[in-house]
Amino acid sequence: MSEEGIIKKLMYVNRKAPYGTIYALESLEVVLIGAAFDQQVSLAFVDDGVYQLTRSQNTDGIGMKNFSPTYAALGDYDVRHIYVERESLEARGLTVGDLMPLTYEDEDDDWAEKESLRVVDSSELAAVMSEQDVVLSF
Amino acid sequence: MKFGILVNEGPYQHQASDSAYQFAQAALAAGHEIFRIFFYHDGVNNGTRLTVPPQDDRNVVDRWSELAEKHDLDLVLCVAAAQRRGLLDADEAQRHGKDADNIAPGFRISGLGQLIEAAIQSDRLVTFGD
Repeated sequence: MSEEGIIKKLMYVNRKAPYGTIYALESLEVVLIGAAFDQQVSLAFVDDGVYQLTRSQNTDGIGMKNFSPTYAALGDYDVRHIYVERESLEARGLTVGDLMPLTYEDEDDDWAEKESLRVVDSSELAAVMSEQDVVLSF
Repeated sequence: MKFGILVNEGPYQHQASDSAYQFAQAALAAGHEIFRIFFYHDGVNNGTRLTVPPQDDRNVVDRWSELAEKHDLDLVLCVAAAQRRGLLDADEAQRHGKDADNIAPGFRISGLGQLIEAAIQSDRLVTFGD
């Protein structure tokens, strides 16, 4: 599905913890629906949003659905650019090793599995944001 | 300029929908076009016709309906967000076996694709919320 050939750079900025509020889950729903529109999509995770990507989430104790496995499917939706802000990780005592591996298969490179996730510092993320046509912030 | 507007918070609890309304009014007064106003998260609660605010307060929902009628605006509630929160139009109510519907005049229920389309077709998408 395309909008009369218009291709924009769309960034989804995820700022909230995965549980506690519904923003993270409903943001992911927008990303999955938006994937049908053939736009240049990227995701950014900042502030408590970095918790959305942590490994081994277990929601048994809070009676909520653990939707974190869906992030691993983003590569199948052609989401190849996932930025995580370094400062947000560090402020929370997290490293990239605490995050889920996120990859996509590159059809131009014999379907080689490649990393989608990049840890960037805030100035680099700001530069990427400034290139966007649309920033959807959740 | 052509604006898309995204409202992510419910009325009264949060100022986002008031700010969005005031922004929409100002944009229209300045001769700009509004492609669509999309309501997501608790923002869908802006579209229930069952709100009864105190008489000395603004009526957020009626205000949206009036603005939509006056300027032929497209007010869209996200269907998935609306269903979770008990906002149904007549068709949805029937489909899900519910005994009532509660969509205010001027609003319609549709999918998230309408938000993406607004982002693509508008010169600017302006978000109101936390």
